Amino acid sequence: MKYIDEFQDPELARRLLDDIHATVTRPWALMEVCGGQTHTIIRHGIDQLLPDQVELIHGPGCPVCVTPLEVIDKALEIASRPGVIFCSFGDMLRVPGTGRDLFTVRAEGGDVRVVYSPLDALRIARQNPDKEVVFFGIGFETTAPPNAMTVYQARRLGIRNFSLLVSHVRVPPAIEAIMRSPSCRVQAFLAAGHVCSVMGVGEYPELAERYRVPIVVTGFEPLDILEGVRRTVRQLERGEHTVENAYQRAVRPEGNEAARAMLADVFEVTDRAWRGIGVIPQSGWRLSERYRDYDAEHRFSVTGIRTQEPAACRSGEVLQGLLKPHECEAFGTTCTPRSPLGATMVSSEGACAAYYLYRRLDVAPARLEASPVA
Amino acid sequence: MPETSVLNPQLPDLSEPQPVPDLTTWTCPAPLRDQPRVVMGHGGGGAMSAELVQHIFAPAYGGEALAQLGDAASVTLGGARLAFSTDSFVVRPLFFPGGSIGDLAVNGTVNDLAMSGARAAYLSCGFILEEGVEMSVVARVAQALGAAARAAGVEVATGDTKVVESGHGDGVFINTAGIGLIPAGVDLRPQRVVPGDVVIVSGPVGVHGVAVMSVREGLEFDVEIQSDCAALGGLVEAMLAVTPDLHVLRDPTRGGLAAALNEIAAASGTGVVIQERSVPVPAPVANACAILGLDPMYVANEGKLVAFVPREHAEAVLAAMRAHPLGRDACVIGEAVPEHPGMVVARTGLGGTRVVDLPIGELLPRIC
Repeated sequence: MKYIDEFQDPELARRLLDDIHATVTRPWALMEVCGGQTHTIIRHGIDQLLPDQVELIHGPGCPVCVTPLEVIDKALEIASRPGVIFCSFGDMLRVPGTGRDLFTVRAEGGDVRVVYSPLDALRIARQNPDKEVVFFGIGFETTAPPNAMTVYQARRLGIRNFSLLVSHVRVPPAIEAIMRSPSCRVQAFLAAGHVCSVMGVGEYPELAERYRVPIVVTGFEPLDILEGVRRTVRQLERGEHTVENAYQRAVRPEGNEAARAMLADVFEVTDRAWRGIGVIPQSGWRLSERYRDYDAEHRFSVTGIRTQEPAACRSGEVLQGLLKPHECEAFGTTCTPRSPLGATMVSSEGACAAYYLYRRLDVAPARLEASPVA
Repeated sequence: MPETSVLNPQLPDLSEPQPVPDLTTWTCPAPLRDQPRVVMGHGGGGAMSAELVQHIFAPAYGGEALAQLGDAASVTLGGARLAFSTDSFVVRPLFFPGGSIGDLAVNGTVNDLAMSGARAAYLSCGFILEEGVEMSVVARVAQALGAAARAAGVEVATGDTKVVESGHGDGVFINTAGIGLIPAGVDLRPQRVVPGDVVIVSGPVGVHGVAVMSVREGLEFDVEIQSDCAALGGLVEAMLAVTPDLHVLRDPTRGGLAAALNEIAAASGTGVVIQERSVPVPAPVANACAILGLDPMYVANEGKLVAFVPREHAEAVLAAMRAHPLGRDACVIGEAVPEHPGMVVARTGLGGTRVVDLPIGELLPRIC
């Protein structure tokens, strides 16, 4: 496939790997920010092919994983109400809230629908004027523009029975929070290419300078990852800390200006809690004043729901790169993709699920459950 | 189910009250008791479906034949070895590029029988119709079903019709069951797989699932692809003509190639290694999966089979498959190995390795 096969070419991968092996002289810890990058790394076994000195720490960039339990519980509450059609991207349905998930709500009679675009939810709202249609708007700078567009369209078309349950998060404040953490081991970042395709690279030079870390905007195919690693290692070995764009086929320096304008109109920056990490200042978006009528939290009066994480889940440490998934006591025993304790075990982009799915050969197989098919 | 006990006299006598399963003593590591109601994942053909069978169905009515847990049961009746299988069809939409629920209802059961080496002889066909569904739709489904049966050389010998109230069905549900004779000398079971067996797939994977998804409500996308829905009896006969000593066949339907390989690995106690780049994935399938965040290895097929063949016969079997229209693109994708018993491992194109797991429940398109 054009733009996919070319970026999985084994021969070109070998050359990049040779270059990395030739460049590295001492240990470095890099963080790939995005869960999609983690998925590629583990799925293709890229971490097995890198020099031992290059450690990849898996970052917090999985939208499913960082959505707080409290927001999931709000979603469950709204979806359970009569007269509501609750629409969501597919992989949110299996994320456990307190005691149940959206699949359970559906089995109990709730009208929960998987959609592939938030605009589909708006269409459902037009087709069902006697129902309240809610879309679960979560994710990073990547999913925010279409969600913003949906609310914008709802207002423009005067569709009153639509609302958005918003829990959007922003990458740069998370990078800052990781760097300020006293236990931080990260020495360089592979920035999330798709986020930069929307936001551009303007937010990063200040971070690179302040924390003296190389930041390389990186794509999602195996060769993209290897090129990102090659450039960060080269900077680290030279003692540099600049922002580089290794994903130029998708990322312009200014990003997508139309999308940014839409975001600025519909959303405003707010403090936001990240699952397993806690509140990061200025790290999220909520609907701005003129769109507040479309906020499902207010429409359904669920702002009062407050919940705590289960103590056994150490996803916060995983998301901060302090713990590898298989080092957690619950990994593969009480916590599996089938019965996840935390969101990092749910989405295939979650670091724990990626390790569970693809890496059970290397990580103490005796601890892992046998296949349920005997 | 009186028909079952006639075919299989070893089944327990169900007229006696049966013990209720003790829900507190389940040992499953991912306990079903956490799920007080049926969710869609229980029908996904993956780990959750397997648990449902293991914990509720098998203890309640399982016998020797059911314990085989193959696509079809192999039973002996009056000295004849029969393959016996049933399958229910709840596909939405009813008509999709390359086929319909009528084609699936025939080919699904015919293929389940074929995986035990049997040529399907007779089918039963039960229709569950929803009140209000257009008669022309029922007629189109029936026509398709008849045409598929003729193409597969199988006779629909008995049938049943029920109607449920509007809102209690999804237009048309079909259940078919089928029987066929297993030829002498043929014994296809995962337990026969040994390290060194060659793994062959009969053609490109993921085609049916993507074709159906492309017309599913809310997900319509343009893709130049038609379902691979087809009856595999003829292809299996061509393979068995080379040697009756094939070890196991599976048609990788729900759960895709990954589920079929995992079931074989688990039941045989051998490991399976596949070369990821050898698995044939047509470009439109790869593209659709890339956009939806799905792995083609987990997407359903309806006209493909995967075979574990003794190494000495692999070349001849592959040649016979390629000479058949439904096996033109057959290729070797891997082998059975003594390492990591019960586990399927893929060698990635870049030279890394990864575990290919059983899918859990429903396939869920990713957010981004």
